[in-house]
Amino acid sequence: MSELIELAWIVAKIVALVVPLFVAVAYMTYAERKVISAMQLRRGPNRVGWHGLLQPIADALKLLMKEVVLPQNANRFLFVLAPMLAIMPALAAWAVLPLGDGIVIADINAGLLYVLAMTSMGVYGIILAGWASNSKYALLGAMRAGAQVVSYEIAMGFALVGVLMAAGSLNMSEIVQAQAGPIWNWFWLPLLPLFVVYWISGVAETNRLPFDVAEGESEIVAGFHVEYSGMAFAIFFLAEYANMILISGLAAVMFLGGWYSPFHGLPVLGPMFDWVPGIIWFCLKICLFLFLYIWFRATFPRYRYDQIMRLGWKVLIPVTVVWLIVVAGMVLTGFGPWF
Amino acid sequence: MIEKVIFYVFAGILLAAALLVITARNPVHSALSLVLVFFTSAALWLMAEAEFLGIALVLVYVGAVMVLFLFVVMMLDINIAVMREGFSRYLPLGALVAVVMVLQMLLVIGAAGVDFSGFAEATNPALSETNNIRMLGNVLYTVYVYPFELAAMVLLLAIIAAIMLTLRRRGGTRHQDINKQVRTTKADRLRMVRMASEQKNEQ
Repeated sequence: MSELIELAWIVAKIVALVVPLFVAVAYMTYAERKVISAMQLRRGPNRVGWHGLLQPIADALKLLMKEVVLPQNANRFLFVLAPMLAIMPALAAWAVLPLGDGIVIADINAGLLYVLAMTSMGVYGIILAGWASNSKYALLGAMRAGAQVVSYEIAMGFALVGVLMAAGSLNMSEIVQAQAGPIWNWFWLPLLPLFVVYWISGVAETNRLPFDVAEGESEIVAGFHVEYSGMAFAIFFLAEYANMILISGLAAVMFLGGWYSPFHGLPVLGPMFDWVPGIIWFCLKICLFLFLYIWFRATFPRYRYDQIMRLGWKVLIPVTVVWLIVVAGMVLTGFGPWF
Repeated sequence: MIEKVIFYVFAGILLAAALLVITARNPVHSALSLVLVFFTSAALWLMAEAEFLGIALVLVYVGAVMVLFLFVVMMLDINIAVMREGFSRYLPLGALVAVVMVLQMLLVIGAAGVDFSGFAEATNPALSETNNIRMLGNVLYTVYVYPFELAAMVLLLAIIAAIMLTLRRRGGTRHQDINKQVRTTKADRLRMVRMASEQKNEQ
C-alpha cells in the first residue's frame, strides 16, 4: 500500500511538472511570434484575446480539429510512433533537472549522464518520421537532421564533461551547489569556451535557426515532418519547443548557477534578494536563453549544410578538447573561486 | 513486490523484443526492436543498481550505434524474399552454432561460480550508499589503467584504419575550399559600378 501511495505521489509530481511545461511551450510560440514581429517592426498576433494572448490556445484547437492524414504506402505503425518518440525524451529529461533547492523529481547520482542519454534519443523521432512517411523530401530532411544531431551531440557531450570535471559530480543538484555564490562564481566564466560551444550545439541540436537545414523550406519543403498534419504535426512542434526549453534549462543549471540569485552571498545586495524563491531565478535564466533562441532566428541567415558539419567537427570539438585540458589544469591547481 | 512486477514486465518486453529482432520481416522493424532490447536491458541494469552501465548502454548503443544502424538499414534496398531463400538450408548449421554458444555460456557461468541469489534482492543497501561512477572511475584509472589505455588505443586505431580504408579521393569533384571562402573580402566579390542617374524625360 505504501508503495502505491509513493507511486501516486511520483505521478502527481510528474503532472505538476509537465502541465506547466506544456503551457510554457504554448506561450513560447506566442512569445516567439511577438518578439520576432517586434524585431521586424510588425505587431504580431493581436486578434485573439487581449494583445493576442489566446492565440496559442486557438492554434492548438485548430490543430486538434484537423484531420491526421496517413500518406499512401506509409509505414502506419512507425508513422504514428515517430511523433511520440520525438516528444518522449524531451519530457523525460526533465526528471533530473533541479528547479530549485531540492525541487527535483529524481535526485539521482548519474543525472548528467541520464540527460545526455535522453537527449540522444530524440533523433529517433526525426529519422523514423522521415523514413515512415515514404516521401523523398521527408527522408532527405531526416537524413540531414539525423547527421546534424549526431554530430553536435559530441561537442555538447564534451562541453558537459568540462562541467562535471569542474563540479566533481554528475548529480545535477550538486553541480548547482558547486556554483554557489554571485554571478562571477558560476561556471560560465571559467568554462566560457565550453559555454559558447554548448549553446551553439544546443541550438543545432534542436534544429533551430541558423541550423535548421532539416526543414529548409526552399530546398526540401518542410523536412522530416512534411507529410504530417493535424495533431501529429503539432506534437513535433511541441517536441521542438520542449527541447528548446530543456536545452535552456540545462544551460541554466550547468553554466548559470541554476536556482542561485546573481547576488547570492554579496554583503548588501544578497539579503535584499533573498526573498525571491530559487525557482524564479531559474525560470528567468531559462527565459534569457529562450530569448536568445528567438533573437538568433530573427538575426542570422541559414547556414549551408557543409558549413554546419565543418563548424561542428572541425571547430567546436577541437575547442572543447583543448579547454578540457585547461579545465583539468585549473582543477588541479585550485584556480580562482571556482575549484 | 512492485520491484518484482517491474522486473518481470521489463524482462518480458526484453525477450519479446529480442525475438522480434530475428523474426521481423522489415529490417527497420528489426533494428527498432534491437533498440527496445537495449533500452529494456538498461532498465534492468538500473534495477540492479548498475546505474552507470545502464545509462551508458542507452547513451552509446541507443543514442549512437543504433542510429547509424538505422541510417544504413534505411538506405539499403533489401529484398526479403531473397534473404529467406536459404533459410532451410542454413537452419542446421545455425542451430548447431546456437547450441554451441549456449553450452559455452553455461560453462562460463558454471566455471565462474556466479551466484544468482544476490539478484533476488533488488536493493543492496551497501551498494546504493556509494557512488557507482566514482567507484568505477577509481578502479579504471588505478588498477586497470594500462588495459584501459590500451583499449582506447585499439579503438583509435580501428577508427583511423576504417577511415583510411574507405577514404578515396576522386578526381573531377567540385570541391569547396572553405578557408578560401572564409577569407574572401568584399573586394573579391563585389564590383561597384557608377551609373549616371536616369533622366526623367528620356526619349
